[in-house]
Amino acid sequence: MADATQTDERIKEISPLRRALIRPELGGIVGTFAVFTLFALFAFDSGMFNSQGVLNWTIVSAQFMIIAVGACLLMISGEFDLSVGSMIGFAGMMIAVFGVVLGWPMWIAILITFAICSALGALNGWIVVRTGLPSFIVTLAFLFILRGFTIYIPQTVERKTIIGGIRDAAEGDWLAPFFGGKIGQPLFQWLGDMGIIGVFERGTRAGQPVVDGIPMLIVWAIVLIVFGHILLTRTRFGNWIFAAGGDAEAARNSGVPVNKVKILMFMFTAFCATVFAVCQVMEFGSAGADRGLLKEFEAIIAVVIGGALLTGGYGSVIGAALGALIFGVVQQGLFFAGVESSLFRVFLGVILLFAVILNTYIRRIITGER
Amino acid sequence: MTDPIIQMKDIEKHFGSVIALAGVSVDVFPGECHCLLGDNGAGKSTFIKTMSGVHKPTHGEILFERTPMHFADPRDAIAAGIATVHQHLAMIPLMSVSRNFFMGNEPQKRIAGFNFFDHDYANRVTMEEMRKMGINLRGPDQAVGTLSGGERQTVAIARAVHFGAKVLILDEPTSALGVRQTANVLATIDKVRKQGIAVVFITHNVRHAMAVGDRFTVLNRGQTLGTAERGAITPEELQDMMAGGQEMATLEGSLGGTV
Repeated sequence: MADATQTDERIKEISPLRRALIRPELGGIVGTFAVFTLFALFAFDSGMFNSQGVLNWTIVSAQFMIIAVGACLLMISGEFDLSVGSMIGFAGMMIAVFGVVLGWPMWIAILITFAICSALGALNGWIVVRTGLPSFIVTLAFLFILRGFTIYIPQTVERKTIIGGIRDAAEGDWLAPFFGGKIGQPLFQWLGDMGIIGVFERGTRAGQPVVDGIPMLIVWAIVLIVFGHILLTRTRFGNWIFAAGGDAEAARNSGVPVNKVKILMFMFTAFCATVFAVCQVMEFGSAGADRGLLKEFEAIIAVVIGGALLTGGYGSVIGAALGALIFGVVQQGLFFAGVESSLFRVFLGVILLFAVILNTYIRRIITGER
Repeated sequence: MTDPIIQMKDIEKHFGSVIALAGVSVDVFPGECHCLLGDNGAGKSTFIKTMSGVHKPTHGEILFERTPMHFADPRDAIAAGIATVHQHLAMIPLMSVSRNFFMGNEPQKRIAGFNFFDHDYANRVTMEEMRKMGINLRGPDQAVGTLSGGERQTVAIARAVHFGAKVLILDEPTSALGVRQTANVLATIDKVRKQGIAVVFITHNVRHAMAVGDRFTVLNRGQTLGTAERGAITPEELQDMMAGGQEMATLEGSLGGTV
């Protein structure tokens, strides 16, 4: 098609490298390669790449991915949510209060928690849209409000800040295994029998594989990433997400329901936080008042490493997922490599700075600013 | 003579105690370029916002194809065929030309019961429409941010025409553009007019208006000073009417007639 049109002599051919640079995922792809190369060189024999090791960093990465998908779509639509971490703590506590303290069936507790948290997300979005205040401030308020309730409620009803007994309460429930269960056990048993993955040598579980299935947490992460990616790149609504974050006024002029898009993205972020929280309480068997601390920043960092612009209108779910993967691999990899874990924070700060600088540069290329 | 496509009859608009429009009447015919001239604060913006459904008139009547219209919001006006191209707020620089072109009107195709954005169709149509308007894109995925100001206006105009605009309101499309880009936009206006679309061209530049206008309406302090046919008025007269007559005459003397 290109040769059918006459070409403009002032448009220079752009190099494939430059074209690759304007893909939002680029930073994430390069970072992922770098991180895996590094750990393969320095920590290959540490157990990081056997079945337990892989599962270990995959679970941590999947946790980051679940909240990063929500934060990513929200950031592309031009807003932030600083209340993600508090929402995780709050959602977990709601499950414990409904399912353990009140003794309701676990599936009802889970569904009501999803409804409450999505409604809180909608409230966040509604306030941002109606007042025109920066979402930074509005969700900062919710960070404190929700955290406060998460501490206050268990202290008032149970006189403690951790409520246990969730695993017992979830026993035999039909919905709980969708968050706390595992899939693929026969496959892993077969892999163990074939000697491809490690099996227990002794004890009551001798012969069973050490890793006996894929936790639902990982399945949720994959489902949310695929859903988020398709929604963003392949649907009309995805175009609206980009438009709402790129220039809300121009989008409105073209008939895009910007407010609706933003509120729905706040709800989706809250939904992702709740998925995280339910998986976590099912795994731990308890809800704690300090769960989810600082998760909002980790989600935002993963999204930024993944190439999204803090100002909205540009980014990629795949990039955010790779950002979360880098995050998880490095955090667990430093542990496997025997490096002092506090250095992880140093790494985080440095890579965040690099990512933001790279993103700003990429933005200039796309928009042709000089 | 064909019927006017849109008639604005004795439109008044008050904002609290401020009278922004004090009885303005304008007829726009299909296939004409109707220039709306006026200095800053003359009421041009209020007037076109009333026409495009952003504001409701305090008094007066809007007839669209001879029937009275009451637009609740801009979407009603767009649905009726009145499209507005805003000076700055038309395009999103970070998005591709094809995503911008179909923003708010995304084509969809069904796959397995779900609706998906039909990128193939969007890309094909965008390339075709851009070629018609004389813009050579590197590809439909080129970001709008890499286009010049004139090209962006042209994309916005092409978009409005593609989606069936009968009346195209251009809000100062040339005010921030260079000479060459202005010429391109004016040429686009001419192409659009020849397709039988009514163009309402808002400007305060008399030379741009004279270049493409068929009729000229001057607004001053919320009132219209009448509509003139092409050839019945000189640029100097238009300039004087816009500025309110005498002050301009004295100013012009000191500037040696260069304004």
